[in-house]
Amino acid sequence: MTQRLSARFDQCRTERRAALVTFVTAGDPDHTTSLSIVKALPDAGADIIELGMPFTDPMADGPAIQASGLRALKSGETLVKTLALVREFRQQDRTTPIILMGYYNPIYIHGVERFLEEAKTSGVDGLIVVDLPPEEDEELCQPALKAGLAFVRLATPTTDDKRLPKVLGNTSGFVYYVSITGITGAATPDFGAVAAAVSRIKRHTPLPVAVGFGVKTPEHAAAIAEAADAVVIGSSLVEAVRTSLDAQGHATPGTVGAVVNLVRALAQGVASVRKAA
Amino acid sequence: MSVVTKPNSFRSGPDERGRFGLFGGRFVAETLMPLVLDLERAYADAKADPSFRAEMDSFLKHYVGRPSPLYFAERLTAHCGGAKIYLKREELNHTGSHKVNNVLGQILLARRMGKTRIIAETGAGQHGVATATLCARFGLKCVVYMGAVDVERQKPNVTRMHMLGAEVVPVQSGSRTLKDALNEALRDWVTNVTDTFYCIGTVAGPHPYPMMVRDFQCVIGEEVREQLWEAEGRLPDSLIACIGGGSNAMGLFHPFLDEPEVAIYGIEAAGHGISTGLHAASLTGGRPGVLHGNRTYLLMNGDGQIDEAHSISAGLDYPGIGPEHAWLHEAGRVTYLSATDEEALDAFQLLSRLEGIIPALEPAHALARVIEMAPELPREHLMIVNLSGRGDKDVPQVAEILEKRRS
Repeated sequence: MTQRLSARFDQCRTERRAALVTFVTAGDPDHTTSLSIVKALPDAGADIIELGMPFTDPMADGPAIQASGLRALKSGETLVKTLALVREFRQQDRTTPIILMGYYNPIYIHGVERFLEEAKTSGVDGLIVVDLPPEEDEELCQPALKAGLAFVRLATPTTDDKRLPKVLGNTSGFVYYVSITGITGAATPDFGAVAAAVSRIKRHTPLPVAVGFGVKTPEHAAAIAEAADAVVIGSSLVEAVRTSLDAQGHATPGTVGAVVNLVRALAQGVASVRKAA
Repeated sequence: MSVVTKPNSFRSGPDERGRFGLFGGRFVAETLMPLVLDLERAYADAKADPSFRAEMDSFLKHYVGRPSPLYFAERLTAHCGGAKIYLKREELNHTGSHKVNNVLGQILLARRMGKTRIIAETGAGQHGVATATLCARFGLKCVVYMGAVDVERQKPNVTRMHMLGAEVVPVQSGSRTLKDALNEALRDWVTNVTDTFYCIGTVAGPHPYPMMVRDFQCVIGEEVREQLWEAEGRLPDSLIACIGGGSNAMGLFHPFLDEPEVAIYGIEAAGHGISTGLHAASLTGGRPGVLHGNRTYLLMNGDGQIDEAHSISAGLDYPGIGPEHAWLHEAGRVTYLSATDEEALDAFQLLSRLEGIIPALEPAHALARVIEMAPELPREHLMIVNLSGRGDKDVPQVAEILEKRRS
């Protein structure tokens, strides 16, 4: 059911490196530019694309991703357009997994069944929905699994051993370990603690473990790649979008390149760590 | 087939998943989930512990000044020429509103849980002031998130919070009002998970907050029942209260939900008017969605993006409502109406002049509907209005508006 995802993790394992997961927001800074960014990500070294579905009230996100979402909403991005973006991307790339990440309300309002069907046919591989813990699994997680989409769950430093099985229960594709207690793009994680947490999670699941939140530079990426199966970078990519914009907040000829260059550097950071076979 | 089955009791919710019918729940990030479960356990323990109740009762009496009077508003009644109007004087509580009832409960609970840092969101500043006050009383660190727009329009309360030793953080994100203050408080909580207790000010948020805040506010309705029995020897005929998130209303309503002869009215803020789209009436003008940890009625666009609410009253300026209200609305037990900015301003002035009580702009919305309903009702009809807060905080803002009108 998550064939593109498992194939990609297998490939990275064969290449004895961690996977690079890149987060950008659909529609940031505008729909056309964000489509160009997403299309350029695989060649720049992204193994998996996490595509943010903008929401007015992203309560787990820091200032960088909040601002990115607001830019996207201001430019007219909607859930329907985000699914269209995935469809268009799929015309040129049939192998790079795409995970949609966001909050529940826009999906709920679109209609869960309709959303899942459209996501599946558009070429989405999985979902991360921040405000749906296992306690609310029947809302979206169970229908998503039934529809053949991966439901990637966040595990956090507050998820203790007693709770982990509950969190991992319906998780599929991979596990996303949030390296800090906090919002996206905040504090830099304690790399030692992250390694311990990843091995703790691995005792409970055979799924690959990705690590994100607060990972900003190629050096951070390399440090995380030592311990994790995948490294997630988000805030610094949407910051690269922001700093490339003109005074009116519009895309410039340098916008796509700014993201691509950073992804290249991050991919090198990740690939610099040779993992055990 | 009926969509909403009539329950045996309207007072038995929520279920073990924190649901009132379709509404409520625990829609929070995983980082917060263990904290929310901890809180649920700690609250259940406290509720079962007679010493917790005794400690609360003692502080409610000696520190808050309860019971608050149930006052027969003789001149307002004469002015309306119909129903006999009683005001539940929550504005006489220490800190000037009903908010302190809930904050006291949560702060005592935070102490039991060994938490040392308290965070809160505030709109009008009444919940922020109550939180800052009890944190001062118990020597706890206090951080209050307040939308930058609200910091501007409710300056007296910002000054009070500072004097009480709280840190007030003006929130610049989004619409810079109450909903954004809530987002920012949640972001703080997700970051400071070990020492911090999030003291939510209304009957909203993830379970167990809607239930717990309701329980702490029920003292309002329980006192009304006793006081009216003493004064009139019977139950009220109608209850009426304003609603932002809905905690003062729930506190008054809940003890009477299973008395079918008591009519109950909740008044939302209609801002410039429902038809203008610039309002804060989630039940009248919104639909079910998920935000801030619960499913409830919300103001939003067709893409599920949350709309900004509009109200003259910072305390009602929120695009959602407590989930139990959403359920009572659909079950038809409570009738939800609304009042505009203009109507609230008129009622604000009327009560000030007739009764010598300057109400907060929030309960002025309830008074606006009282003035309209009371004349149509018989003289033996007993109507209870929750006067949830006093208007001192609103005096500069109202003075400015009236000044502009005159010029």
